[in-house]
Amino acid sequence: MPDNLTPLQPQPAILETHSIAICLGGHPIVEDLSFTLRPGELVALLGPNGAGKSTLIRALAGEIDVPPDRVRFAGRAMRDWRRADIARHRAVMPQKVDLQFPMTTREVIALGRPRESAENRQRIIGELMARLDIARFADRLVPTLSGGEQQRVQLARVLAQIWERPAPHLLLLDECSSALDPAHQQLIFRELKQLAAPGVALLVAVHDLNLASQFADRLMLLQSGRVVAEGTPGEVLVPDTLRDVYGLTCRVEALPEGYPMVIPTPESESRANAPGRLRSMPTG
Amino acid sequence: MHTDSVTRLSPPVGYGGLAIALVVASILSLSSGAYPVAVGQIIDMALRGFSDDTTARFVVLDVRVPRLLLGALTGAVLAVSGALLQGLFRNPLADPGLIGVSSGAALAAVAVIVLGGSGLAGWSQFAGQWALPLAAFAGGTMTTLIAWKIAHQQGQTSVALLLLAGIAINAIAGAGTGLLTYYADDSALRSLTFWSMGSLAHARWADLWVAGPWMVATLLIAPLLARPLDAFLMGEPVAGHLGYSTNWVKRGAVLLAALGVGAAVAVTGLIGFVGLVVPHLLRQLFGAGHRLLLPACALGGSALLVLADCLARVVVAPAELPIGLVMALLGGPFFLFLLMRHRFA
Repeated sequence: MPDNLTPLQPQPAILETHSIAICLGGHPIVEDLSFTLRPGELVALLGPNGAGKSTLIRALAGEIDVPPDRVRFAGRAMRDWRRADIARHRAVMPQKVDLQFPMTTREVIALGRPRESAENRQRIIGELMARLDIARFADRLVPTLSGGEQQRVQLARVLAQIWERPAPHLLLLDECSSALDPAHQQLIFRELKQLAAPGVALLVAVHDLNLASQFADRLMLLQSGRVVAEGTPGEVLVPDTLRDVYGLTCRVEALPEGYPMVIPTPESESRANAPGRLRSMPTG
Repeated sequence: MHTDSVTRLSPPVGYGGLAIALVVASILSLSSGAYPVAVGQIIDMALRGFSDDTTARFVVLDVRVPRLLLGALTGAVLAVSGALLQGLFRNPLADPGLIGVSSGAALAAVAVIVLGGSGLAGWSQFAGQWALPLAAFAGGTMTTLIAWKIAHQQGQTSVALLLLAGIAINAIAGAGTGLLTYYADDSALRSLTFWSMGSLAHARWADLWVAGPWMVATLLIAPLLARPLDAFLMGEPVAGHLGYSTNWVKRGAVLLAALGVGAAVAVTGLIGFVGLVVPHLLRQLFGAGHRLLLPACALGGSALLVLADCLARVVVAPAELPIGLVMALLGGPFFLFLLMRHRFA
């Protein structure tokens, strides 16, 4: 049988978690969470504040210990990886990076790529700066840049870590677009989508439901540390689900562009149904 | 709006300038003092291999050379340790004293000075002329160890907790030092005052042989931490994501600073400001990257301390000022000037 007729094999997973649970300070933050991330997938991690998105990302980034063998990266238990090795395949963008020292954009991005020939490093930095629209501040001090500009610089540093390196690649991004204007949000997510095409797996925590809907292949909706909905944007972004999880009243429109759009509606329409709010104040 | 790009000193220019400053300071240090020796005379003596038996030879070879070397090493170690800890704590205002090493050394040294004739007479007899520096070194490294143990919980060392533990331990050691000062008689008071303001006046070759290796080791090993410390400027989690073993970086930086500063303080007393001002200033010129910054701090710290030592012995010659006093007199206003310039720029 000729090669081109071989049935498509499912790609081996880059990241697999089996029923992980994470406690911080005695409080369960993530419970019984299992999912698989494959090459080329852009998965959006959604959920209200405190749902456990950041904790999950930090655990997958190796900051928080999880039981051995519950998390596998590229087929091997995560803790069997040496830190320095896994850093070539997995890059992480924390929610907040506070830099107080006088480093320029170029110097910050270079941190993502130590041990590289100077020529190669500068070429990679130049390419990333052009793609993320930060070349204008190449030699300015990062602490003097705006919040959105700093966010793009940090993303460039994160991308530099895996740029042109051998697969597999995993990007864990905790709110990489929260400080960006709409045009730059679109630019960044288009770039992320382009990264996914050749096989990078991305897990991106976002609050903007429509951004997730527009770009993600799959959404994972967390509530109190558990996955309450998972699937395509059309499957997850359902008014009832969003009302239950966020207490958000909305309608969902299918756009001609091919993805659903969430439109919040005035709360009065279904105030009584919103969960989690005070039922009534005791009177008298 | 800041639209201007930063310009940095190119390494050859920057290092060249610092090296010239160090050489000039060294020449001044060898020739100036209560017994002036002309530069020409020093070169003359050196060319003849220091074979003649003159006062000048004794002053230069047995007093000023060890003093110069000890001053240069101490300045380098204080500045490099300051840079290490500023990077580790991600705070440009951190100081080697923050991890308790200076206050612990001071407490032990003052204990030896005040109680050397009574409660600690046994130790003073046993250790002889090394009673004070050995006690200071042990006191400094042990307080740091205590701060480290407090900050180390469940296999993790919290940098924030280390900072707070250091502050608390500094307060306790300071109280102990104060209490001892209260009990001190006049002569003890005078020598502990001098010690707590730092001095290179008693530097001998023997001090160098004892304290030098620790200081040289700190200077040679510190550059290995340059890359991970760069990553630490973004926070410890980021350093971990970039593949560095953050626990080893923390251990390394604290250990190097404690051993180097402990050894320096043991033989020179407390010299402030070098560890704070030099890294801060050189970061503006060389950038925050530690691969350029650490060697620059070594050169700059030694040049500054050697220069301050020249002033200390020239200003009120034939008497001497404590070098810590000179550093504070020079460094304080200069630091204020830097702050004001930034504020009004």
